[in-house]
Amino acid sequence: MDDIITIYVTDLHGDRHEIQAPTDMGLNVMEAIKANNLTVKATCGGMAMCATCNVIIKSDHELPEMSESEEDMLDEAFVLEVEGSRLSCQIPVSAEIDGLELSMAPLSNPED
Amino acid sequence: MIETDIIIIGAGPCGLFTVFEAGLIKLRCHLIDSLAQPGGQLAEIYPKKPIYDVPGFPSILAGELVDNLIKQGEPFKPGFTLGERAEQIEKTEDNQFIVTTNRGTQHKAPVVAIAGGLGCFEPRKPELTNLEKYEDHGVDYIIKDPEKFRDKNVVIAGGGDSALDWSIFLADVAKSVTLVHRRSKFRGALDSVEKVEMLSQAGKIDLITNAEITELGGGSDLESVHIFKKLEETSVIKDVDYFIPLFGLSPKLGPLKEWGLNLNKESIPVNTVDYSTSVPGIYAIGDINDYEGKLRLILCGFHEATIMVQSAYRRIHPEKNLVLKYTTVSGVNAFN
Repeated sequence: MDDIITIYVTDLHGDRHEIQAPTDMGLNVMEAIKANNLTVKATCGGMAMCATCNVIIKSDHELPEMSESEEDMLDEAFVLEVEGSRLSCQIPVSAEIDGLELSMAPLSNPED
Repeated sequence: MIETDIIIIGAGPCGLFTVFEAGLIKLRCHLIDSLAQPGGQLAEIYPKKPIYDVPGFPSILAGELVDNLIKQGEPFKPGFTLGERAEQIEKTEDNQFIVTTNRGTQHKAPVVAIAGGLGCFEPRKPELTNLEKYEDHGVDYIIKDPEKFRDKNVVIAGGGDSALDWSIFLADVAKSVTLVHRRSKFRGALDSVEKVEMLSQAGKIDLITNAEITELGGGSDLESVHIFKKLEETSVIKDVDYFIPLFGLSPKLGPLKEWGLNLNKESIPVNTVDYSTSVPGIYAIGDINDYEGKLRLILCGFHEATIMVQSAYRRIHPEKNLVLKYTTVSGVNAFN
């Protein structure tokens, strides 16, 4: 279907999952990950107020620019300088990110 | 030893509302929380965010909801052990529980309610060698008693609200306050940022931006910090009594894993009849529990707290029949 995109998520064990997400539900990538029963800590629920949905973007999709709050949060968690580091809650699920490839970052580990 | 009817582990919205519902049926509560203030993540992470799905409030700020919940529970005089992490639960011979914190404070009650949310908030620590050596010897991550810093030289690191707020507060208490931030702009509330800048111009806060702490020095107690200024690429050494890194807190499940409860990943499976866990007398409510259809919403936690205290009552007073009382009929009868 047109309004469903695919995202490839490599979890903290190194396993790669292909997940699907609808583009018409106002979801962000963190929620898409959760909806597919992959683990992501996401303490604040998606407000860019923690850094526990941190992911590393591996593909060269053009993503929405980082807001100041996202940048601040990544910096506070000492992961701003990591290449591809983003808060998955700040990336909307849209047609533009179809095929996005990402890895879960250690901060997203609920057991950590 | 603190004795009560229900020991509540976690002073977030669910834990706070439990005080009220328990109070209506004359049960006393004592709350334990690793944070220095009640409110859980509402107070710690998003106090200024509006919440739109608390019944009866079209919109309420998270911080206001916490204040209201505290006020609502006040007639029932809850006890608080704050800034301490519940570390251990033991069962006694008389069928009660003793909950001990990481600071050794002991609490005894026939019922324990775990309202631990996502776990205990633990400080995010900067990567510094020696950091752990100086914990409690000059390095503090949460401020419980600001008087401790009176007439001391304090360095605070961080760029969020807590770093700003504590810098402002301690400017009048400490001998000197230095605020070190890794970036040029601050993340906190605008009025706090302006206040810090004002205090910096007045010489009451030494504001150092684009800088970070790279080294700690001293003997058995902290004596100095090295501040690396990124733009100038120079380091200065500052004599300090206290270094307070405030880089946010992140919840960790922590000691709960060792309490002998059945766990499902990071949550505690409960019986939805009364939110009891696999250990009779221990209940779990709010974001920490799990059952079919579970929704991690504050309003669902309130419901769970209400149901749970009824079961707690029957456990504590098996000889008494409990009749549901409406507050419209009976009002709120404060404890002495």
